[in-house]
Amino acid sequence: MALPYYVSPEQMMQDRAEYAKKGIAKGRSIIAMEYSDGVLFVADNPSASLFKISEIYDSIAFSGAGRYSEFENLRKAGIQHADVKGMMYSREDVTARSLANGYSQILGTLFSQEMKPYEVELLLAQVGETPERNELYRISFDGSIVDERKFTAIGGRSESILTLLRKEIPQTCPSLKEALTLCQHAFEHGADPRSNLEGLEVALLDRTRIGRRFRRVPILEATQILS
Amino acid sequence: MNSENVSFPNFSTDPCSSFYQYLTSQRPDLLPMARWGNSLPHEGQTDPSLISTRHLPWPHGTTVLAFTYDKGVLIAGDRRATEGFQIAANRMEKVFQTDGFSAMAIAGAAGPCVEMAKLFRIELEHYEKLDGQPLTCEGKANRLGHMVKANFPMVLHGLVVIPLFVGYDHKREIGRLFKYDITGGRYEDTDFHAVGSGGKDARSTLKEYFRKSLPEDTAVKVALRALFNAADEDVGTGGPDLVRRIFPTVKLVDSGGVRDVDDTQLAEVCEALVNRKQET
Repeated sequence: MALPYYVSPEQMMQDRAEYAKKGIAKGRSIIAMEYSDGVLFVADNPSASLFKISEIYDSIAFSGAGRYSEFENLRKAGIQHADVKGMMYSREDVTARSLANGYSQILGTLFSQEMKPYEVELLLAQVGETPERNELYRISFDGSIVDERKFTAIGGRSESILTLLRKEIPQTCPSLKEALTLCQHAFEHGADPRSNLEGLEVALLDRTRIGRRFRRVPILEATQILS
Repeated sequence: MNSENVSFPNFSTDPCSSFYQYLTSQRPDLLPMARWGNSLPHEGQTDPSLISTRHLPWPHGTTVLAFTYDKGVLIAGDRRATEGFQIAANRMEKVFQTDGFSAMAIAGAAGPCVEMAKLFRIELEHYEKLDGQPLTCEGKANRLGHMVKANFPMVLHGLVVIPLFVGYDHKREIGRLFKYDITGGRYEDTDFHAVGSGGKDARSTLKEYFRKSLPEDTAVKVALRALFNAADEDVGTGGPDLVRRIFPTVKLVDSGGVRDVDDTQLAEVCEALVNRKQET
């Protein structure tokens, strides 16, 4: 009788983590950065129709790096959760914190119980009424969740981008122009030297808007902001 | 080759872009008709006595109207809600913006009406978020038709919801308006329509004053006149209240989006209407 191979739990988790990290390393990066009027999202995304950044609720945006089909499923689940919650209670009761917790639960369970973990990293942001009340969350493939300030990045080249941003981020909250310039600079020097504005997807959570704060910024407008 | 052997994967397990469908399959307890539990008559079991004159499926109170003007479409409604012979509210909103380029107005039982407007707004937003682009004007109108149809069991209990839907069609570059019947039937109107207990009176006024491609300020005047005349004839419709400064709601939907006509303009037109009545 053939005995099943024994694999220690440590080894199993390590293998899964390595597998997931490998998948994410192939993914392009996304930066979220607080600016004076809200939160700016910039993604390295050459496609003009398949988005990496999307609206979840009035003041919450989502973006995912890694395997498209997997973060797309999580995005849809988030929208459904938010819409149901907003309908049951009130629109103000939908928060990024509870969504981030939900994502963390899902990813944590998938990581420890499924054969194949999700190869994704998520970024969730909520724009607050004041800059101090902005929230940024980064959620990893194993469900670990990090609450960030000022800026954060996910995806394959996130480490080098973060190192660069840590050095160059100004003390005070940057304006939209400064933030966008900084993000573009980070992509150019931290991720891909060939990256230009045409290959970026830009979106905002703009505090000054009424109701739905999420807005996509077309490349033409992004060029004008930078000039 | 036998084509029957070829099987295609289907998308049926994918999350649906419709919020209403999602609630139906996942959270039926949150649907507007959930409050009826199992007491709803099932198909083929409908008690004919329910459809008696006592439960005549017709909206009580309210006049809401919509018509096209040169840049798009206008939608307006009075502010009164009634409970029998009592006035339940005199500041009720019956015209709702449903997304960036559409609005709806409702006549019927207040609770389900407001609930349907709220659900429809979420439905459109949900679709837009999941799909990455908004529904077309036609698509929105059809979606609302499905919701009215789903409300039919409640109609048998006397809880009627009759909406009017208006939207700006970016492809055709015109404002469009749609009316519905209680079974969810959807009919497009090119000129004007009004529903509610004062709907008939409003329609007669509109018939008289409506012209194709009216300019915006004239359109507002015509809308307020129609509501004023309806309030004159119908107890369920509230006229402009110059004492408490309550005026009807008027919204304009055009290529720039949905706008409210502000109270100063409404007050001016309403005062002119009242003054004209006093002179005659």
